[in-house]
Amino acid sequence: MTQKTGELTRIDRRFAQLKEEGRGALVAFITGGDPDIPTGQAILNGLPAAGADLIELGISFTDPMADGPPVQAASLRALASGMTLRKLLDMVRAFRADDDDTPIILMGYYNPVYAYGVDAFLADANEAGVDGLIIVDLPPEEDEELCLPAIKAGMNFIRLATPTTDDKRLPQVVANTTGFLYYVSVAGVTGAQSADTAAVAKEITRIRNSTDLPICVGFGIKTPEHAAEVARIADGAVVGSAIVEAVRTSLDDDGKPTPETVPAVLDLVSALADGVRNARA
Amino acid sequence: MRDQTETKMNSYRTGPDEHGRFGLHGGRFVAETLMPLILDLEQAWNEAQDDPAFHEELNYFLRDYVGRPSPLYYAEALTEHVRGEAPAGKGAKIYFKRDELNHTGAHKINNCIGQILLAKRMGKTRIIAETGAGQHGVATATVAARFGLPCVVYMGETDIERQKPNVFRMKLLGAEVVAAKSGSRTLKDAMNEALRDWVTNVHDTFYIIGTVAGPHPYPELVREFQKVIGEEAKVQIQAAEGRLPDSIIACIGGGSNAMGLFYPFLDDADVEIIGVEAAGHGIETGEHAASLTGGRPGVLHGNRTYLLQDDDGQITEAHSISAGLDYPGIGPEHAWLHDTGRVNYVSATDNEALEAFQLLCRTEGIIPALEPSHAIAETVKRAKTMDQDKIILMNLCGRGDKDIFTVAEALGVEIDG
Repeated sequence: MTQKTGELTRIDRRFAQLKEEGRGALVAFITGGDPDIPTGQAILNGLPAAGADLIELGISFTDPMADGPPVQAASLRALASGMTLRKLLDMVRAFRADDDDTPIILMGYYNPVYAYGVDAFLADANEAGVDGLIIVDLPPEEDEELCLPAIKAGMNFIRLATPTTDDKRLPQVVANTTGFLYYVSVAGVTGAQSADTAAVAKEITRIRNSTDLPICVGFGIKTPEHAAEVARIADGAVVGSAIVEAVRTSLDDDGKPTPETVPAVLDLVSALADGVRNARA
Repeated sequence: MRDQTETKMNSYRTGPDEHGRFGLHGGRFVAETLMPLILDLEQAWNEAQDDPAFHEELNYFLRDYVGRPSPLYYAEALTEHVRGEAPAGKGAKIYFKRDELNHTGAHKINNCIGQILLAKRMGKTRIIAETGAGQHGVATATVAARFGLPCVVYMGETDIERQKPNVFRMKLLGAEVVAAKSGSRTLKDAMNEALRDWVTNVHDTFYIIGTVAGPHPYPELVREFQKVIGEEAKVQIQAAEGRLPDSIIACIGGGSNAMGLFYPFLDDADVEIIGVEAAGHGIETGEHAASLTGGRPGVLHGNRTYLLQDDDGQITEAHSISAGLDYPGIGPEHAWLHDTGRVNYVSATDNEALEAFQLLCRTEGIIPALEPSHAIAETVKRAKTMDQDKIILMNLCGRGDKDIFTVAEALGVEIDG
């Protein structure tokens, strides 16, 4: 779908560039402001140099019902440190001061956006430099809530397709999806076990019959090897729970960040990026 | 499916619309993984409604297994007590719809029978549920045992602690009780865990939601399985008094017992309808579970409704002495009835509920659950201001055996040893 501006978004440009390079994307998920806002900002700012091609920035929510324990815990850490959606947009603004190319996609649940006010949120997110949204609890049936206003505002709205999205439903799911399609490789919560690559490859072939959008695959991808396997068959691999677990394991006994926190996360992202970059070599 | 064109424009009984909305509220705010399941459920539900065999089986189990119809009881002793404290000529007649006499001790079983029959029609082989006070968990474990299906009940760790008798009952019935350890470790967290289970076990699992909340079609189908309460009460009060009551009253957490009582009366304009939320330590303290009184619209657990939340849209913790009312939201149809003004929503505190609990024990020889004790508090308060020829009909939706430990602790009584 064309954007209001008629211009390509950062997401569109990034996938075009990766296509030229002949490789898939590493999409890195972090929960914004985890474990606290200064450390979260340092992690966010370091992601592009570590090799993240696109960034999914998690909006904290008290009741993340599609997430497994790692992302639940990350969300609660961020909230405990005072994270809000307004502060998350401030983090994006600070990031954009040094990086005008790396796409940032906010990912989370609808209620914080609804509480902010849809129109105010879209205006502020656009101005802050947000490129896309993934809102887990807004299926196509609720497109009028945020999806259509977001697309109208020039923002990409990235939808999840899942193993339960059958051929009959797939056209409805891709209809108002822009930027890329996020294929959730297993029915389950984030951080659970992943499907085997052959099964995912088959699903991606099925989905490509319905859309020309880039397809990124997520849920359960934890290692550079696995990310490489996925990047061979899809346009990108999304890694989230493994990265927020790297935050958690670097914390001290009181749950506070240590000097190891930022490097632990960025080292893991570098290793994942190496895997993805060498996947099709 | 009900034919919407046949219902009158000014009816309060036309919802939800085809998008599952009751005005602003309701809807289908779920992850894509669950969306096809919810559409399947809607289709199965619509087919079942048109199938006389489904209704026949449902009615059989409601009569011979649950024990319906439940009696409508004139609470003469309580009425006399109220008249003794009221100004001269005041003290309305109080009737109880005695759904606490159902098998398993609450109204929850009405809905569970209906949903497990749907699960069976859909060929599902595994049952999950969330529970707060444990009444819905017990009712679900009961029907799962009866129909031979394995059952997992999610329950907040806090609630497991304060509702031990019900936890044991569920285990006796063969259910696995899994503690929800996140957040406030109460009903909302149990619902999160149940949704996480469902999203993981999409092919074989049926989620029996216990209240008139969640994504469409749950609010509608739970109401349809509970409206038997109001339908029976309407016939029974006509038989007893030759007319409809002046006021009907029920307590509200998610609101299924209230929706069940209210729905058949919604278009009877002369019947005043009152829902009683849990005010916990008092609305002004912020420690309460009154989402209509103290919340604003938001989206949680698949529907839009009034929620307790902060400025950032984070869900805040509810508080009530009653685990069954300890939820930061309310069913979307109640949210709409609140917006339209058809139902008057008020609240009662922990202490008011405790007093009402004891009053009913002593005047009527009935130990009520803490949930309807909130409704009893409001009923007594109102009856004192109404003339003696007026009639209040209240839903006594659960019995209090499960609550005796909580009440003992609140009263400072040691009963363990």
